[in-house]
Amino acid sequence: MSGGEPWDEAEQALAAPASSVPALISRRRFARKEEREGKSKAGSKRAEIVPKGGLLGPMPSVVAIMVMLTVIAAAGGLALRNAANTASAQLSGGITVQILEPKAQARAQQAAASVAVLRAQPGILSVRAVPDDELDALIAPWLGTGGDEIDAVPVPALVDARLSGAITPARLAAITRALQAEAPAARVDAQASWLGPVFAAIASLQWLAVALVGLLAGATVACVLLAARTALGSHRETIEIVHMLGGSDRQIAGIFQRAVGIDAAVGAGVGLVLALGVIALLGERFAGLGAGLVGGGALVWADGLVLLLVPLGAVLLAMLTARLCVRAALRAML
Amino acid sequence: MTNTPPQIAQFENVALRYGADREVLSDISFTLYPGSFYFLTGASGAGKTSLLKLIYLAQRPSRGMIRLFGTDAITLPREHLPAMRRRLGVVFQDFRLVPHLSAFDNVALPLRLAGVSEKEVSQPVADMLDWVGLADRMHARPATLSGGEQQRVAIARAVIGRPDLLVADEPTGNVDPEMAVKLLSLFEALNRLGTTVVVATHDLHLLQKMPESLIMRLDKGRLSDPTGALRYPPRRHGGLS
Repeated sequence: MSGGEPWDEAEQALAAPASSVPALISRRRFARKEEREGKSKAGSKRAEIVPKGGLLGPMPSVVAIMVMLTVIAAAGGLALRNAANTASAQLSGGITVQILEPKAQARAQQAAASVAVLRAQPGILSVRAVPDDELDALIAPWLGTGGDEIDAVPVPALVDARLSGAITPARLAAITRALQAEAPAARVDAQASWLGPVFAAIASLQWLAVALVGLLAGATVACVLLAARTALGSHRETIEIVHMLGGSDRQIAGIFQRAVGIDAAVGAGVGLVLALGVIALLGERFAGLGAGLVGGGALVWADGLVLLLVPLGAVLLAMLTARLCVRAALRAML
Repeated sequence: MTNTPPQIAQFENVALRYGADREVLSDISFTLYPGSFYFLTGASGAGKTSLLKLIYLAQRPSRGMIRLFGTDAITLPREHLPAMRRRLGVVFQDFRLVPHLSAFDNVALPLRLAGVSEKEVSQPVADMLDWVGLADRMHARPATLSGGEQQRVAIARAVIGRPDLLVADEPTGNVDPEMAVKLLSLFEALNRLGTTVVVATHDLHLLQKMPESLIMRLDKGRLSDPTGALRYPPRRHGGLS
């Protein structure tokens, strides 16, 4: 073996005193007892083993899309529930008495008598004769306003009454019988019965919304699982290196769980904002339709809290997936 | 009553095979003692890297017994392995730097994993990188470093925590002779401070520069003992005969 010139020149380096090596080596031993036993907390700056910008996988965009769709579907379901509840509360105890009398004077008399009879009935909460102005406004879209021809049309008089409890057929028959003597032209209808088909349709839509939310939640779970696994798969080598350098399973899983959580939170935040924008736009459009069933579908604060659970759930799911994936990958190593 | 000498690593009748292939290591028995400096030599394919993998706990043996720092490493519960790994410094043959971390962050990684505070990390890591000639490449990512520079980062990372046992797989294969000797002096300094060092190499120049070192030679998966390295007390040799 013959040493070449560079080797000869390097002899001095080898002969250098130990003090010439970095002070760290001779000064102290970093791996203190508690550090070696893995009992110490991570340094003030967490061991940065994932890119500063996050894992840069498909996680944020996938979570954003799925959260947006799920929030919109959930908001639709909640709005339908609110509309049904509001309408049901408004109509469930209501009856309408129509006085189908062509002569105006007799009609007015029977209407007044109906009000008196209704007030005398048990369980009556309120009774109100619908004023002529309101009736005119009701028929104005079909017959127009003002004019002798219109005044000549015999419009039934209406009396609204609200009863405590549900309106049963027997209760309705009893009220009808009580009215017959004083107002023979009276016809009694339960308000809820008019909207029975509408309630049935709303109930169907509600179940559809529940099914949609369920399907979207399932799809979100699958997408988050895939996205988390893809993101971690591309960092498998890093996981191995950190493992070999003494990173504990808990430490490594924690770091990746945090990184995936941040990515998912970014996506969930974007998805939530987009969904709220869509919901606000739709709400504005529906509000423009006026009151009635649609007006009762407005979302309330409690609904907002329910909607917030969607992005929160997505983030927690992503973090749990990351933890399980990293743990599984580490278990495959010695 | 005899006193058992302290041991860093002890292999007894260890063998390794990958899958159903023939054994790449057979009947390996040796003991590494504290403060010793070992060279592991052998032709390419002799099993040097496989043996080092067993030492730094990247691989389980097919049979045999391995004790590290006085503890049975085969039956040690999984949760205790990280603590054992933190007592090891490893220079991988393929460097194994984290690709998206800078040279600084790669070197700082073992310290951060061990929970050393950031205040205590910055200066030593900067000093170490300066010492291996990479002060101006501190913030460069591995992909932008040459092979030799990556190797120096890998070595700095392995020694930064002053391990009890340093294992280096061809640590000077990509650096010029001057840097090779400089890095070897780093290993020697560590060794003088009590770290046991095992360097796998087929670079005979390195062996010449460390005449006091012990040599283990692998040949077709079997260990030979040309210098008395496997005896106790290890007999210092005067170079290869």
